[in-house]
Amino acid sequence: MSVILTEAEAKALLEKVIKLSRADECVVNLQGEIRGNIRYARNEVSTSGNLTNKNLAVQSAFGKKVGVATIDEFDDASLEKVVRRAEELARLAPENPEHMGVLEPQQYGKSKGYFESTANVTPEVRAEAVAKSLALAGQDQLTSAGFLENRTGFSAMMNSKGLFAYYPSTGVNFSLTVRTDDGTGSGYVIRGYNDFSKLDTVAASRIAVQKARGSVGAKALEPGKYTVILEPTAASVLLENLYFDLDARSADEGRSSFSKPGGKTRLGEKIVDERVNIYSDPSHPELPSAPWSGDGLPQNRVSWIEKGVVKNLAYSRYWAQQKGVKPVPFPGNMIMEGGTATLDEMIRSTKKGILVTKLWYIRQVDPQTLLLTGLTRDGTFYIEDGKIKHPVKNFRFNESPIIMLNNLETLGKPERVVSTESDQSYMVPPMKIREFTFSSLSDAV
Amino acid sequence: MKRRDFIQLSGLGIGGMMMVPVLGHATSPESFLDSGIDVAVKKRLADAALNAAKSKGATYTDVRIGRYLNQFVITREDKVQNIVNTESYGVGVRVIADGCWGFAAIVDAKTEKDTAKAAEEAVAIAKANARLMKSPVILAPQKGFGEVSWKAPIKRNAFEVPIQEKVDLLLGVNDAAMKNGANYVNSILFMVNEQKYFASTDGSYIDQDIHRMWPIFAVTCIDPKTGKFETRQSLSAPVGMGYDYLQVNPADKVTGITTRYNKGYDMLEDVVAAAHQAKEKLSAKSVEAGKYDLVLDPSHLWLTIHESVGHPLELDRVLGYEANFAGTSFATLDKLKSGNFNYGSPEVTLFADKTQEGSLGAVGWDDEGVRTKRWDLVKDGTLVNYQAIRDQVHILGENESHGCCYADSWSSVQFQRMPNVSLAPGKDPLSVKEMIKDVKKGIYIIGDGSFSIDQQRYNFQFGGQLFYEIKDGEITGMLKDVAYQSNTQEFWNSCVKVCDEKDFRLGGSFFDGKGQPSQSSAVSHGSSTARFNGVNVINTARKI
Repeated sequence: MSVILTEAEAKALLEKVIKLSRADECVVNLQGEIRGNIRYARNEVSTSGNLTNKNLAVQSAFGKKVGVATIDEFDDASLEKVVRRAEELARLAPENPEHMGVLEPQQYGKSKGYFESTANVTPEVRAEAVAKSLALAGQDQLTSAGFLENRTGFSAMMNSKGLFAYYPSTGVNFSLTVRTDDGTGSGYVIRGYNDFSKLDTVAASRIAVQKARGSVGAKALEPGKYTVILEPTAASVLLENLYFDLDARSADEGRSSFSKPGGKTRLGEKIVDERVNIYSDPSHPELPSAPWSGDGLPQNRVSWIEKGVVKNLAYSRYWAQQKGVKPVPFPGNMIMEGGTATLDEMIRSTKKGILVTKLWYIRQVDPQTLLLTGLTRDGTFYIEDGKIKHPVKNFRFNESPIIMLNNLETLGKPERVVSTESDQSYMVPPMKIREFTFSSLSDAV
Repeated sequence: MKRRDFIQLSGLGIGGMMMVPVLGHATSPESFLDSGIDVAVKKRLADAALNAAKSKGATYTDVRIGRYLNQFVITREDKVQNIVNTESYGVGVRVIADGCWGFAAIVDAKTEKDTAKAAEEAVAIAKANARLMKSPVILAPQKGFGEVSWKAPIKRNAFEVPIQEKVDLLLGVNDAAMKNGANYVNSILFMVNEQKYFASTDGSYIDQDIHRMWPIFAVTCIDPKTGKFETRQSLSAPVGMGYDYLQVNPADKVTGITTRYNKGYDMLEDVVAAAHQAKEKLSAKSVEAGKYDLVLDPSHLWLTIHESVGHPLELDRVLGYEANFAGTSFATLDKLKSGNFNYGSPEVTLFADKTQEGSLGAVGWDDEGVRTKRWDLVKDGTLVNYQAIRDQVHILGENESHGCCYADSWSSVQFQRMPNVSLAPGKDPLSVKEMIKDVKKGIYIIGDGSFSIDQQRYNFQFGGQLFYEIKDGEITGMLKDVAYQSNTQEFWNSCVKVCDEKDFRLGGSFFDGKGQPSQSSAVSHGSSTARFNGVNVINTARKI
C-alpha cells in the first residue's frame, strides 16, 4: 500500500476499521507523509535525507473511559488488533470528566493545499535548487548555509457517527543564511509555499546576499526606544505569541494576557490599534490550511481581532460546553490584514528609525503582559530622512506585541512568511511601530 | 533549549497547544514490558544494510536500529488530562558515498529487505549531493568494539511502575498545592527509554539501554483584586535515572531559604513550598534595576552554563554548520589557538563529560560508535577545547572523536550534540551561607525561568523562579520582576567564587533543540552555587 492514500482509499480503509469497533464510540485517524531534505553549510552540502512515515490511530470510548492505540501495519489482522487494543485500554482507563463524545458528521469547506509539483520533488531536484543558490551565494567572499525541505502528506479521520474528513497537503520551506567570509556581515531569507513551482531559490538567495553585504560595517547605536520598521519575517515571531495566547479557558481562569480582574476576559474589548485586523481562513489562496481541526470540528473563517477589538477566543468543545458557547477550534492559519504601503514607502516616510529584518530567540518574560525578549539578527539598519543610512549592531529588545500594536504607525502589504521560531506560516504585513524598546547591545553578527 | 517553552504553556493550562515533542506512536503501557527485537536479529538486519550500502558503492556505513519508548502522565488539579504512551521503532542508515554523507530512514523495518532498501536510498542521496561537495568528508579513524552493550544503572525502571502509582503521585501533588493556596496546578511525569543498536563498517555492534525521567509541576496563584498572577515551577531536575529519582532521601535535600534537591526529589514537599512562594511573589517587592552581585543556585546556573558555555563551544557551530539556524559562535578557532583566551576568571573550570552517572548525557558509546569520556573545555579561566565528532575533529588537529554524536530518533541523522557541560566546584571549602555572608548588595536566584541569547552567544538575558534580596550579608526578602543581562565573557570573568563539591548538583534540559530538521536532545549541567559580581539587573514589569 502506498504511503499517500487518495480520498477513496482512505475512506475505504477507515470504514473497514470502524466496522470492527465494539465500543460505545470510536474515532479513527489516519495519516501518511514523505519528507525529503537537503542541508548545506560552508558552501557545500552537509547532511540530507528522506523519511517515510504512516500511522493509524484508534480512539475507543465506553462512556467517559477512553483508550487510544495506533499501528503502522494495514493488513486485516493488524487492523483488528489495534481496535481491540484501544478497547482494552478504554476499559482500564480512569473516567475523564472532560471527555466529549464524538461529533455528528460535519460540513467542511474547500482548501487546496496539495500540489503535484511538490509531490514530484526528487533528491536531484532538491540538489539542483540548492546548486543554483550556491552558485550565487557561495562565491566572492560569501559563505552560505541553508536548508530545503519538502513534504507530501495526507490526514483523514472517521468516527462511529459517520463523520469523515480528508485533507492532502504539500509544502516546501527554504531558508538561507549568507555571511561574509570576514564574519562582519550576515543576511537571511526564508520562503515557504505549498506549491514547489513558486520557489525561486535564486531570487531568494539574492535577498540574503544583499543583506549580508549591506550589513558589513555595522555601527553601535545607544539602546532605547526607537521607531522600527519590522519586515514581515521579524513581525511574525512577535505576533505568534499573541496568537498562542488566544485560549478562552486560560483567559477565563485569570492566567493569560486576555484575562481581566474578577474572572473576566478581554473578549469584546479594544486591546490594540483600530487598524489591526487578524483572522483565520483555511481557504485563503496563499496560505491554505486544513478545513477541519484534529477533533473533526470545521475550520471556518474566524475573526480574532477586528478593528483592534478581541472578537473571538478559542474554545475547546469541553470549555464551550462549560461556558454555554459554541466551540471555536484553534486556527490552522493566521492572516493579519495590512495596508497598501510598500516597504520602500515606509522607509521613505521615516525621519529616524531602525529597519529590523529578522528577530531571534524570542522568549516570554511575563505571561501577564506578554512581555517578550529576543534579539535582532542578520541585517539591522539605521534609517534617517527616509533613507537607509548604515547597518547597526544588533540589539536585545524587551517588548510586548500588545504594546507594540498600540504603537502602530503604518501597515504595509501582507505577505506569506515562515516563523523562524515555530516554523508556522502566516500572512503578515510589514509594520512601522513607534517606541519599540531595545534594552541592550549585542556584539553578535 | 527547545524553541517552544512547553512548561510555560502547560503551566498556563493550554493543553491543546502543548508542544511536547512526541516521537512515535501511541501504544499500550504493557507493550513497554516487551524486550523488543532480539540482539541477534538486529545484527542480521544491520549486516543486511551494511552489505547493501557497500555493494552500491558506500565507503562507510552505520546503521541505527532504534526502539524509543515514551510515557507522559499529564494532570491538572484533580484530573488526569492525558496519559501518552508512545513507541517508535525503525532503522536509520547513514553512508559516505562519493565522499558525501547520505541518510535514509524507514519506519517499522523488520526485514533485511527493509534495511537494505534504506541503505540503498542513503547511497542514492549521497551520490545525488556529491556534486555539491568541495572536498570529501574526512572521518576520524575509529576501532571497532565487536559485540558490546551498555545499560543505564537504574534502580527502578519507570516503565515497570504501574500507571496508578504515577497518577496517585501527581494527583497527591496537585491536592497538596490546592490545599496550600494554589489557584491552579499542572503536573507531568516524563519518562523516556531509548533502546538503540548501532552497527558500523568499523566492526562495532553496540546495544544500549538508556533511561531518563523528569517530574515537573507549575503552581499558579492569582490575586483576585488586581487580577495579577504568579507562577512557581518545580525545582526538580531532569535526570538519567529510573523512578528511583522520586525516592525521598533526606541526604539528597539541600536546606536553606527553600529546599533544593540532589539525586532524589521530594515532589510533594516542593509543591507545598511552591504554593506558598507563588502567593508570596504576588506581594513581593518589584526589583529596582541596577548592578547586583548575583548568587546563583545550581537549579538556575545550569541554564546559563548551557546557553553561554555549552552551545558556543560546539565545534559545528564554531565552523558554521549551524549558521542558518542556531547560529555560529564568538569562541572562534583563533581564540582557542591563541592558548590564552580568557573565557572566565581563574575560578572557572568548565568540563564536558558523557560518563557522569545519573546524568542525561551518560552513555557507553555515542551514536557513531565512539567510547564516551570526560574532557576540559575551559581550564582555570582559559579556553582549551571544544566538543567535536568524527567528521570535524581533524580540524582541531586531533585524530580521535570526543564521542558526542547523537540522533534523537532512528529517523534523524546523527550530528554533534552537547555533552553534559559542568562548572567544576571550588577547591576551597565554602558553603552557600558563607558565600551570602560576604555579599553587600545582591540577589540570590533559585530555579530557571525565561532565557534568551544571541546567535553568537555574547548577549544573554535570564529570569528565574525565586529571587531573594541580599543586603549586607543577609537575605532580607523576596523580589520579583527580575532578569539579568550580560555578555558571556564579561559574565564568566565576574565569577569570584564557587562553592565546594558538597554543593555540586546537576540540572538540565530535557528537550534541547538544534539542527534542521530540528532534533531534541537531553543534557545535564552541574555546578555548585556560584557568585558573580556587578551584573546588570533589569525590571521586567509592564502595564498593558
